[in-house]
Amino acid sequence: MKDAPIGEDDLQAFVDARLDDPRRAAVEAYLAEHPDVAERVAAERRQRDMLRDLLQPKFDEPIPAHLRIDTLAAARRERRRGRWQTAAAACVMFVVGAGSGWFAAMETQPTAKPKPMPMAVADEATLAYSTFASEVMHPVEVRADDQAHLMTWLSKRLGHTMSAPDLSGYGFRLMGGRLLPGGSGAAAQLMYDDDHGNRLTLYVETAHGDATAFRFAQDRDMATFVWIDKGMGFAVTAKASRETLLPIAEAVYRQLDTAPPPARGS
Amino acid sequence: MDEDLGSRLERQIPALRRYAFALARNSAEADDLVQDCLERALSRWSLRRADGDLRAWLFAILRNQFVNAYHRNKRRGTQVAADADASSPAGQDRALELGDALAALDLLPEEQKSLLLLVGVEDFSYAEAAEVLGIPAGTVMSRLSRARKRLREILESGRVPLLRRVK
Repeated sequence: MKDAPIGEDDLQAFVDARLDDPRRAAVEAYLAEHPDVAERVAAERRQRDMLRDLLQPKFDEPIPAHLRIDTLAAARRERRRGRWQTAAAACVMFVVGAGSGWFAAMETQPTAKPKPMPMAVADEATLAYSTFASEVMHPVEVRADDQAHLMTWLSKRLGHTMSAPDLSGYGFRLMGGRLLPGGSGAAAQLMYDDDHGNRLTLYVETAHGDATAFRFAQDRDMATFVWIDKGMGFAVTAKASRETLLPIAEAVYRQLDTAPPPARGS
Repeated sequence: MDEDLGSRLERQIPALRRYAFALARNSAEADDLVQDCLERALSRWSLRRADGDLRAWLFAILRNQFVNAYHRNKRRGTQVAADADASSPAGQDRALELGDALAALDLLPEEQKSLLLLVGVEDFSYAEAAEVLGIPAGTVMSRLSRARKRLREILESGRVPLLRRVK
């Protein structure tokens, strides 16, 4: 091994100081005879060390409080508990005032506001997509034939008035929907398909926190746009490129945003 | 969550912040990346391969988030110099040097840049770096060689002023 010719791999491992002693000695002997290579290798090692040195202070900084695992885990627990509370409150409100008390309940709740976790919503949406979009026999629980019944049912279980966005402009028809456990509260999944059999889902669940901009998440071949608005997390997922999915997600956002707001007060 | 899991994750945070900072070249954005990464790690913990390498798993999550965000924004401003510790003359020099070094690194394709950081700064083995980047392990050395060659050319071409300060 010691006598094998020196190759580029040896030189790279030499730069990284990852050669065993005999091989390192062989490389050093080679470099002594090839000053041009030696110069190049020295430059590469210098640049490697420079990057390490310059970035070391970042490593040495104390961890900011908001990144500590205790903080993140507590926010996560709080968010889950919050979802239970709001879901329970919303169910009561739904019965009492057909949803009219929803936002009032949100506003008066004195709970601390944990940070929104759109990426957790994206994960749940992706998991739901991968589970049901490939389902041939029973992709949905309730078919779109009776859309009014479907939306009333999901709205009631979710505690939030839902409408199904019209995506026919993008070639997608509503197939139906299903109810899912999202984290620890209820979540709804609406599924659409197009003439090529491509499936797209809109995943909705209660989520604490302030409104966020669109966030993009890619998981294997599944792309998701996720956002939080009015205490709900929304995720649009499909096996599509980011560019294809973005206008559809924007259309969903616009349609949900312009839906008549729930009656307030009286 | 059990204590042990929390401390295992937390031990990786300084390195994740360093890698994120080198990618994003901006402290606030870097910490957003780290936070997203940790939140995903917590929510996906049960999906993790039990025998997998925790550090490589976390770095892969962070890197994917960066790549996705990068495609979203294409090009951001670079506030490295203003962002680093500029309270002392030595600190200013260092901040400028770091800014220049990261600017040079940023001229490389993201994969080459990540490879140099993972191997050269984070001390990932060649196999671990391949896992994070999703590339065949057998191609790491040749990719590394190309990345170092390219960085050397950038630094020697004077496209960034760094060379003048490096002995």
